Amino acid sequence: MNEIKDYLRNYIVATFLPGESPENLTDDTPLRTSGILDSIKTLQLISHLEEKYGIQFEAHEAGNVATFDTIDGIAGLVEQKR
Amino acid sequence: MSAFTTLADYLEHSAERAPDRPALVDPSGRTLTYRELDEAANRVAHWLAACGVGKGDRVGLCLPKSAESVAGIYGALKLGAVYVPVDYTAPAERNRFIFSDCQVKAAIIDARCAAVFDAPGEGGHQPDAVLVCGEPVPETLAKPRWHGAGELKEQPASRPKADRPHSDDLAYILYTSGSTGLPKGVMLSQENATSYVDWCSEVFAPTPDDRFTSHAPFHFDLSILDLYVPAKHGAALYLISEELGKTAASLGPFIDEHRITCWYSVPSILALMTQYGKLEETDASSLRIVNFAGEVFPIKYLRRLRDLWPHADFYNLYGPTETNVCTYYKIPATIPPDRQEPYPIGKICSHCEALIIGDDGKPVADGGEGLLCIAGTPVLQGYWGDEQRTDGAFMTHGGRRYYNTGDVVRPDENGDFVFLGRKDRMVKRHGYRIELGEIEAAMYKHPGVAEAAAIALLDGAGVVTLRAVLSAKDGAKLGAIAMKQHSAAHLPSYMIPDTFTFLDALPQTSTGKIDYQALIRQAGGG
Repeated sequence: MNEIKDYLRNYIVATFLPGESPENLTDDTPLRTSGILDSIKTLQLISHLEEKYGIQFEAHEAGNVATFDTIDGIAGLVEQKR
Repeated sequence: MSAFTTLADYLEHSAERAPDRPALVDPSGRTLTYRELDEAANRVAHWLAACGVGKGDRVGLCLPKSAESVAGIYGALKLGAVYVPVDYTAPAERNRFIFSDCQVKAAIIDARCAAVFDAPGEGGHQPDAVLVCGEPVPETLAKPRWHGAGELKEQPASRPKADRPHSDDLAYILYTSGSTGLPKGVMLSQENATSYVDWCSEVFAPTPDDRFTSHAPFHFDLSILDLYVPAKHGAALYLISEELGKTAASLGPFIDEHRITCWYSVPSILALMTQYGKLEETDASSLRIVNFAGEVFPIKYLRRLRDLWPHADFYNLYGPTETNVCTYYKIPATIPPDRQEPYPIGKICSHCEALIIGDDGKPVADGGEGLLCIAGTPVLQGYWGDEQRTDGAFMTHGGRRYYNTGDVVRPDENGDFVFLGRKDRMVKRHGYRIELGEIEAAMYKHPGVAEAAAIALLDGAGVVTLRAVLSAKDGAKLGAIAMKQHSAAHLPSYMIPDTFTFLDALPQTSTGKIDYQALIRQAGGG
């Protein structure tokens, strides 16, 4: 699970927050409401995770701002599906 | 002389002719017939009238797309009032500014937007009455002037008595991004809208069997086609919620489930559907018209969509909020595999006239490039409370008043206008109009920011991205996460920069201004 979180952290920073230090992106930083992930970046992230982990997200899971809003929440979902 | 048909007439006439036909399907799937929608609008109109709202008064709307919001729009229109829709997901301070700027007399809001009028310590404009939809906390409704939407049930379902608006009476005000950081209100009249709706009737030949999508939010001028074209023709409108509208994989199934015949949205959404929407699994055989407007449609994604939906007519519609759609171009049935450039914005619509002028303000010779100016019935009345900006936006030629769109165009060999770009700092991103200056103004609200520059860049496919380049005050530390959070607190989500770059100092021109060209070059080009 920690391996997934670290992967997510590094991927999100490299792709959407270039120049930022990964340590600044905590497990519970709200990604949607803080403006880090908008709807389009969320789609890119989902597409990437689906390919990397060989999983499928349902439309409602990705749209669920409650669970799909933090590294904790996303990693949990990925772990469930693996 | 025949009476002028108003926007409210569209609903009322359809309710008389075909009361049991579906008018509206809301995001929860509930259908309202024309009679039901008309009666719901009548109740809102009675409630507004009881609050003192009359012709010309502004009625604010801050709530998600729903049957309530459509009833609210028509309720205001039935009184000859002016509806002012805002983005309910935008920061409350921005919406507060808009409602205060145009001094709304009443407002219809969602409970989650109560902060617009209710922030502690804020003075600001208070409307005479606020109608709260959704689930307001009891303390909210205990305040004077605040009313729960349940009160509407007590209102009569009959048509209210009201003075009919004239063709040049305002119908709505749409606020757009302002370069100094404050949004500006585009004042649009009954005839601005109805002359456009009549053009849509001519080109798209709607019938009562059509099923239209409502993808664009009501504060966006694409919604004028969505709301009023099906209403005029007794057709059905399917509301797409803001959340569903961003879920690329759900929109193809939505089209199939509801057998949509006419789609209208910004190109970005269609491009996302071709990339992430699994459209090969979508039938889409019901679609006969696919309209898009608001930005350039990158050819790579348009070609893919054109191949996926060969049976539908595709139209590129162009026009600023100030005129709504004023030129249009029908995309060919097949797009050559080697075509790189975007398609033209096309020919002038029949209800408008075009004039191309040079920087000197004089018409350019035939075939030359210049600024596209538009005259005719759809042209805005002006900007709310800003005579100076209004005067600056118009030019006169041959006794006619033209609105200068600020878009540089050139007619091609077929007489279709090709969009070349702009000279100012207004850009389109995901179809939204953004003044880069508004982003900069928000950056300057951060106490650690010394200098801020917002630039627009193009990726390989022609998609616009936003970058903010900042320098910090002595001792201040700025980071991308902190700036994203700051942006989210002050700007609508579509204006939040995609990337942040931090420099010790921003490059300057010889006159001491920020050198934007240098920043764009450093970033690898626009």
